[in-house]
Amino acid sequence: MSAAKNININLKIWRQKNANSKGSIETYKLDNVSTASSFLEMLDQLNEQLINERKEPVAFDHDCREGICGSCSLYINGRAHGPDTGITTCQLHMRMFNDGDTIYIEPWRSKAFPVIKDLVVDRTAFDRIQQAGGFVSVNTSGNTIDANSIPVPKVDADKAFEAAACIGCGACVATCKNGSAMLFVGAKVSQYALLPQGKVEATQRVLNMVRQMDEEGFGNCTNTGACEIECPKGISLENIARMNREFLKASVK
Amino acid sequence: MAKSALLKSSIVKKYWMALTGLFLCLFLAGHLAGNLQLIFGTSQQFNEYALFMTTNPAVKLLSYLTYISILFHAIDGIMLTIQNKKARPVGYAKTDGSSSSLASRNMAVLGTVIMVFIATHMVNFWAKMHFDKNMPLVQKEMDNGMGQKQIQLVGTKDSQMPYMQLDQSGKLSKEFFETIKMQTQGQYDLEVQDMTKIVNKKTGEVIFEGYKDLYKLTVDFFKDAKYGLFFTIGYVLAMLALAFHLWHGFQSAFQSLGATSSKLTPAIKFFGRAFAIIVPLLFAIIPIFLHFKK
Repeated sequence: MSAAKNININLKIWRQKNANSKGSIETYKLDNVSTASSFLEMLDQLNEQLINERKEPVAFDHDCREGICGSCSLYINGRAHGPDTGITTCQLHMRMFNDGDTIYIEPWRSKAFPVIKDLVVDRTAFDRIQQAGGFVSVNTSGNTIDANSIPVPKVDADKAFEAAACIGCGACVATCKNGSAMLFVGAKVSQYALLPQGKVEATQRVLNMVRQMDEEGFGNCTNTGACEIECPKGISLENIARMNREFLKASVK
Repeated sequence: MAKSALLKSSIVKKYWMALTGLFLCLFLAGHLAGNLQLIFGTSQQFNEYALFMTTNPAVKLLSYLTYISILFHAIDGIMLTIQNKKARPVGYAKTDGSSSSLASRNMAVLGTVIMVFIATHMVNFWAKMHFDKNMPLVQKEMDNGMGQKQIQLVGTKDSQMPYMQLDQSGKLSKEFFETIKMQTQGQYDLEVQDMTKIVNKKTGEVIFEGYKDLYKLTVDFFKDAKYGLFFTIGYVLAMLALAFHLWHGFQSAFQSLGATSSKLTPAIKFFGRAFAIIVPLLFAIIPIFLHFKK
């Protein structure tokens, strides 16, 4: 790995005052960005520059900055989470860019994810889908049974775990040409459908989650597979197929 | 809940897309097998096949299923496309496109090209076969036993008479009909029905049945001095669109139906891609063959 160096970049960033205002792309010049810094650190550096110039800093989502919370979003140079695979934006580093590069930074674009400000979008549609059925009902009156007391085949446990790795960041929706949320919903349906604990409510779960997904205004999957490529957690398209199976089973019951 | 979901859910739209699409793949295979007789069969075989395809009741049922599938596939596709456009009211300033295939992103465009092709295809062949009064009938030049050449209509296997004579203008002779009527004292008053049958008006008895020359129509179409090359190129381009449509669509149908497994999916993908190349390629070879045929 080559040593870190400083680069000068041009930024084209979507600025939008609030949900109701009309936004536009603004251009910024940012010098002396270390290639060792993360993408979000670069944005911090830009915001410092903007604050010093008495300008409004760019609003963007971030929290854990270690690729697990799913907060950071950003559509960078035409790709969700930027030019790398299997990462969130906080895990993207400036060494992926060259001196003099122009970098486009846009918010997730989806009817169901309206822009709140600048690069921040409202992703509560995902919460409502989750609340519609993405859970198992357990009695918590003090006699909670150890989950491990129910035997689960290792293969199923692994598949369920892979599906549960979804952090709900919305990259699948952002990258899908149809703005479809089926990878997210597929993962959430699958992680329960694969386990005995989830089978009890499987019928209602898939019907309710899909209904909520449709109501939120997400598009329809056309199996382009872009979501799978851009998913930071490598959630497989197989989960969408499983959801389709579960939905068919539930519909004819 | 389950009932209403079966009508309007996003996933159900995908099921319909998949089922109609796969049925249309079966149709393509059947249609191709028939068309290949234009290369590997005689004109006689092809015309007999065309007669069978337009009269057999089971085929008729399948053809209605095909029309419905094409319409449903197109309407469902348009509905999905409109909804999907609505799902992203504000687009991106910059898109990359490296994470999905060109074919998968342009199914609606490819589908539209195919739909336009189907419409022209039906006007050029299907409509002529069914409704065109000038549709050529299978003819043969024969010796009338007195050293003169005469053009006669060739009858089908079930026809009572194997041939029917035409007058010099190439039409069914009115004089011949009148002669028969006179000779039989009005017992045989003949008329032409459905363009191909000669029927006794009184008894409804079919005296002669010829068949339409779809082979000639097709060959003439692609060999046309003015537009033959244009039609051939158009046909080949439509088949190219079909190839891309199938390249994504075939395996996509199985994914939509949830018919996937680690063992089956690789085989389905392989078969789908082979189908997407071979079927349109064979379809496209036929007009090229006919156009350049001596």
